[in-house]
Amino acid sequence: MLILTCPYCGVACDETELAPGGEAHLKRFGPGSTDEEFEGYLFQRENPRGVHFERWRHAYGCGKWFHAARDTVTMEVFGTYSAQVTEPPEEIRAKISAKHPGWSWREFS
Amino acid sequence: MTRYSAFAVAREAFRNHQGWTRAWASPEPKRRYDAIIIGAGGHGLATAYYLGKNHGIRNVAILEKGWLGGGNTGRNTTIIRSNYLQDPSAAIYEKARSLYEELSQDLNYNVMFSPRGVMMLAQTEHEIRGYKRTAHANALQGVDTEFIGPERVKKLCPIIEIRGPRYPVLGALWQPRGGTARHDAVAWGYARKCSEMGMDVIQKCEVTGIRTEGGKVVGVTTSRGDIDCDKLGIVVAGHSGHVADMAGFRLPIESVALQALVSEPIKPCMDVVVMANTVHGYMSQSDKGEMVIGGGADGYNNYTQRGSFHHIEETVRALVETFPMISRLKMLRMWGGIVDMTGDRSPIISKTPVEGVFINCGWGTGGFKAIPGSGWATAEMIAKGEPGPLAEAFGLERFREGRFIDESVAAGVAH
Ligand SMILES: Cc1cc2nc3c(=O)[nH]c(=O)nc-3n(C[C@H](O)[C@H](O)[C@H](O)COP(=O)(O)OP(=O)(O)OC[C@H]3O[C@@H](n4cnc5c(N)ncnc54)[C@H](O)[C@@H]3O)c2cc1C
Ligand SMILES: [Zn+2]
Repeated sequence: MLILTCPYCGVACDETELAPGGEAHLKRFGPGSTDEEFEGYLFQRENPRGVHFERWRHAYGCGKWFHAARDTVTMEVFGTYSAQVTEPPEEIRAKISAKHPGWSWREFS
Repeated sequence: MTRYSAFAVAREAFRNHQGWTRAWASPEPKRRYDAIIIGAGGHGLATAYYLGKNHGIRNVAILEKGWLGGGNTGRNTTIIRSNYLQDPSAAIYEKARSLYEELSQDLNYNVMFSPRGVMMLAQTEHEIRGYKRTAHANALQGVDTEFIGPERVKKLCPIIEIRGPRYPVLGALWQPRGGTARHDAVAWGYARKCSEMGMDVIQKCEVTGIRTEGGKVVGVTTSRGDIDCDKLGIVVAGHSGHVADMAGFRLPIESVALQALVSEPIKPCMDVVVMANTVHGYMSQSDKGEMVIGGGADGYNNYTQRGSFHHIEETVRALVETFPMISRLKMLRMWGGIVDMTGDRSPIISKTPVEGVFINCGWGTGGFKAIPGSGWATAEMIAKGEPGPLAEAFGLERFREGRFIDESVAAGVAH
């Protein structure tokens, strides 16, 4: 069972208390964008085997959206952070680097 | 290789079963093949089989990182049906279902196809409308289905409680020619035939890189060395995103765990397959007597192949309402597989940005039923370099062009 700590209320929630919201830090494309950009935004996903960044909502708690950094293979949670940012904070990156030197993801923001 | 028959069984009975030969060879990889298929699940093996059988391409290797059929093919609940809503889906799933009817003869391997009938329960007004619409669509597509009322449901499956407290059974979409088959046997039967045609089924051989020159594939890097090829088929289900990344392109796929469980074996009590999509549960009885139960998928990406307890609880809680007699059954085993979900819940059979690389994926929670048809269509695409009539609607470009094959509305869960 996956346990994530809500960064707002500090509650360690098991996954039944949360609503998953999919891949994080997507750059929005809308009117005026190319077909490729719009397709990328809507459908193409990183879907990594390893380090991943996601959106979650504390559905049966404070109701707020937040971000989580997680390993999709080991299920290790590197940390959770505010929804109001476009990339993961330095401390979470450092934690991931300690475990997975040289890790990469797609470009943030 | 021994041909299986009633005569062979009788002959072996008289000589203490000493005469059976190995069903397939375990060769060392060669330096080069005309075509390499990554993934020895049902879809990869069927692709190789029809490449040889229909197109005469037999210098083929099927590379598998684990063991034959050890991915979703050996982990699914084996429901076979073709009552989909959209025309391209009905065409490929019905092709697969009809190939299943003769597969045991074709492969000389008993895949135990059992067309016992599949019933999809309507438990809300919305589902009644949806399934009636599907029944009409199926009539136009030449797929034999029917919308039936609750009395008929009760008659076909007496252990159902049709007056359930939360979700009474209001009717069902009934496909009498749907059913189940033995999953391992499907993988083994295809592997045996591939091996017989001279193809190399290579287990414990993980592909770790895809080598290209000037935008064209030249081979793969594996845990057992480099192997060259002219054409490459990626057929790795939940691992598609990761393997596509080796070839340098991205996919509209997300990988999540889907789980199932079986009960202790009991006496025969149910001779149809029942799917209850509103509550995300479905059940059938295996020949051994176990109740085979499948549930919902995780809502977040993972590659753990195990799943989580609360999904089991959710599924069983819902099924107990519809099948009160299972409330005291003991469950024996639970397991998970990593399924590859696309945005429109339809598969991808497509060329890719890399010349010579083809992909078959996105079958998500419901690709066991499609194995023969999908292999047929993928083999045709790899042999001719272009998708044929069964595959053409399933190309990757549909996401860019907005030509979705939307099956997520047709079936909340699509097993
Ligand atoms: C619990 C559960 C229940 C299901 N129930 C049903 C059902 O009732 N009816 C239905 O129709 N479908 C069902 N499905 C879906 C069905 O199982 C799949 O769609 C289907 O089996 C996919 O087959 P495949 O050959 O594409 O993939 P798989 O069988 O997963 O084969 C892919 C293979 O590729 C290998 N591979 C991956 N990466 C590499 C690499 N780098 N190098 C070499 N090999 C690699 C894997 O080891 C694996 O063996 C269910 C799935 C699950 C998990
Ligand atoms: Zn909270």
